[in-house]
Amino acid sequence: MDNILEMRHITKDFSGVKALDDVNLVVKRGEIHALCGENGAGKSTLMNVLSGVYPYGTYTGDIVYNGQVQKFSDIKASEKTGIVIIHQELALIPLLTVAENIFIGNENLMYGGKVIDWEETQRKAAEVLKSIGMHENVNRKVVDLGMGQQQMIEIAKALAKNAKLLILDEPTSALNDEESNTLLELLLKLKKQGLTSIMISHKLNEVSRVADSITVIRDGHTIETIERDHGTPIDEARIIKGMVGRELTNRYPERHAQIGEVVFEVKDWTVHDEDDPTRERLSHISFNVRKGEVVGFAGLMGAGRTELAMSLFGHTYGFESQGHIYKDGQEITMPTVQSAIDQHIAYVPEDRKTYGLVLIDDIKWNMSLASLKSRFSKKGILNPDAEIHAAEDYSKRINVKADSLTQRVESLSGGNQQKVVLAKWMLSDPDVLILDEPTRGIDVGAKYEIYTVINHLAEAGKAVVVISSEMEELLGLSDRIYVLNEGEIAGELQKGEFDQEAIMRIIMAHSARRETA
Amino acid sequence: MMSQAVPMNKNDAQMREHLKSLKEYGMIIALVVIYAIFAFMSDFKNVSPMNVNNLIMQNSYVIVLALGMLLCCLTGNVDLSVGSVVAFSGAIAAIMVVDYQMAIPLAILAAIAIGLLVGFWQGFFISKLGVAPFIVTLANMLVFRGLALVVLNGQTKGPLPQEFTQIGAGYMPQFFTTIGGTKFELLALTAGLLLSALIVFMEIRSRRNKAKNGFEVPSVAASVFKVGVSVIIVNFFTVKLSMYMGLPLVLMIVAILVAFYAFLTNRTVPGRQIYAVGGNRKAAALSGIKVNNVMFWIYVNMGILAGLAGVILTARNASATPKAGDMFEMDAIAACYIGGTAVPGGEGTVTGAVVGALIMGVLNNGMSLLGWSVDVQRVVKGLVLLAAVAIDLHFKSKKNS
Repeated sequence: MDNILEMRHITKDFSGVKALDDVNLVVKRGEIHALCGENGAGKSTLMNVLSGVYPYGTYTGDIVYNGQVQKFSDIKASEKTGIVIIHQELALIPLLTVAENIFIGNENLMYGGKVIDWEETQRKAAEVLKSIGMHENVNRKVVDLGMGQQQMIEIAKALAKNAKLLILDEPTSALNDEESNTLLELLLKLKKQGLTSIMISHKLNEVSRVADSITVIRDGHTIETIERDHGTPIDEARIIKGMVGRELTNRYPERHAQIGEVVFEVKDWTVHDEDDPTRERLSHISFNVRKGEVVGFAGLMGAGRTELAMSLFGHTYGFESQGHIYKDGQEITMPTVQSAIDQHIAYVPEDRKTYGLVLIDDIKWNMSLASLKSRFSKKGILNPDAEIHAAEDYSKRINVKADSLTQRVESLSGGNQQKVVLAKWMLSDPDVLILDEPTRGIDVGAKYEIYTVINHLAEAGKAVVVISSEMEELLGLSDRIYVLNEGEIAGELQKGEFDQEAIMRIIMAHSARRETA
Repeated sequence: MMSQAVPMNKNDAQMREHLKSLKEYGMIIALVVIYAIFAFMSDFKNVSPMNVNNLIMQNSYVIVLALGMLLCCLTGNVDLSVGSVVAFSGAIAAIMVVDYQMAIPLAILAAIAIGLLVGFWQGFFISKLGVAPFIVTLANMLVFRGLALVVLNGQTKGPLPQEFTQIGAGYMPQFFTTIGGTKFELLALTAGLLLSALIVFMEIRSRRNKAKNGFEVPSVAASVFKVGVSVIIVNFFTVKLSMYMGLPLVLMIVAILVAFYAFLTNRTVPGRQIYAVGGNRKAAALSGIKVNNVMFWIYVNMGILAGLAGVILTARNASATPKAGDMFEMDAIAACYIGGTAVPGGEGTVTGAVVGALIMGVLNNGMSLLGWSVDVQRVVKGLVLLAAVAIDLHFKSKKNS
């Protein structure tokens, strides 16, 4: 096998600070090459250099692609040679159709290249979809597709550009296990057809499953390239060691929490769909959480976990919620977010950038936002000193890495952003915390730190609910797991009896029961 | 204070602080430069005591409107109806006084109450029905301009008695004295000195607070420069005013409002909530902020200020006309954006909006003194707005790259 790509001695600095320092990357033709490293290690920067986002001349070193030194001036130039990058944030236009999206910027033209040939566009789009084993109407709007399908459309779009080297930045970060699986299978299939891919991912189980070789980057340096030894998947612990520079023996820190009486209980909770009020989105949900306990909510994407959390938390989701909520044995209601906060319930939303943070504001403003009334003001007048002290205190406690509290949160890494959101809700003095996807898109080191915070919360007697699409994480964190499926509680598992299989079995059995019913 | 600072962030933070202060000073420097240019071009007519007085009187209502508009802009919206509301509320006040001989305080309250009702009306559509503020206020721009024409029958209503006009054209009590052959008014001079002392005191307190909380304290030279420039500007105005007729009543109204809104935006929960709503509506809602309520009160507030501006303008003109306040919404919006308010919302200061309004005012005034036609004036103002926002964006994108 020859090398399709060699990046030699790449150095890239941003106003004096080296983001990449003498990085080397060799990718063989026809392989899946994974790029691993913590957030901020330089993976995305390296891929931006390769795809021409940072044009020739802004970095030093050589990009040798197909045996030739390339000097890309922009993305168009790299795409012409067959290098196509799919960014983590998908670049699809929601209200355009699948076919339109696949050929956006790469239109099929007729009449001397002035007018779009829609028939050709649709025909070709259908062809590309078929080649990746997707049977979707090309005239459907992208907004109506699930995240998994959207990711596939991105790949179709790349293939339509005649990609020879496909770069995928965190392709499965927004997908559930099933969708991720489909995507990875597709990558393996495309590999057989001769496509080379470079994949950036935090999900090491996926990396070790599909990658032929892995290059580990840390602090802008290449640490090592690990080759797959015939068929044997690459050891995850080995990758982690390279990424963090030390052995991380246990990915889930130990917890010494005293589990007490039931703090939070929901009985017979039924909520109607926001878009279709005739439909029950959640029906007759009952669950409870004890003091010092971490309770996991498992389920496939669309099972209704986020909807459940939000319908409880200030009725921020759904219509006509019915049922009973009890806290410390007393029935309570939470018609508004403020009333939930006042009753010491906190919800840390999924997707921190959209729902959790005011990105243009600084760390202290973000941390104080949910407790302005209760903690940081008297008669509506703010106390900036209290704000600074609390932010300082919590930054230290949960190890937010920033140079100043006045730093805007948009410039923080994902892990540190997540810590800011956590701090914000810890400051609201909750007894019950609902954490929705608390570690999505953050690296192993930061995940460990978040788990530690969760443990401290439980040890301090808080009741913690964790919603996560990463099954492994739920298994590692929870004392008890509820399995949610199609808006119903499909089962409950105690520690000791849960594993990935048991959860999937409950989901399958429940779906089957519903179909026959 | 914090552990393990990432080097790239450190650099970034310094850069950011640097740019932030540059932006703040930049606007004030731009104001001074523009004023100086017109001073030279107009043979120093624009620095005469009378003209400084006019400058303040002419721009008071723009500043009043800009304060309300700032809150709208902070949420990423605008209010297009303010000019029409100014005309309508002023018209009602004038009609009450001229046609029905009603008590002047009553007429003034009525005009402000009309602003309040307009605010409720617009707030209802914006926060209860979820209609985009742009559309609601565009529609009401037409509605209230039309109503102003209807109630005035298309005619000018006046003249208004002196008790009314003094709100827009009157002065604080005057205590004249002669120093070296020139007549000075003492209250204005005293106000200037008191304000200077306050500026010095605030800067010292801010430095002390920063030191106490472990933040980087700006260099003494920077503080002295900042305080020095502010003190010179303040006393320039007060000395000029004292050489004319003393402190305009309307300046007092503006000063109180500026202080109030500066406090509201910086130090209160509602102020912080406005920034949060503008910065990220969804995150604000999930943090317990009633976004719809915030929007509602922002537009009620804008309505009240528009009513007040209507009173001031009518008083200054000593009459109400259906064309009054034409394009005021544009001046107020431009003031906010020239003053560094972010177009998507979430960022902007009272100081910025006031300086923005003054830049517009100095431009208007200077060009009028030079005898430039209104058409040319519009072209220049438009270009200044465009340039200000483009420069602002340029610096922001530089920061990000």
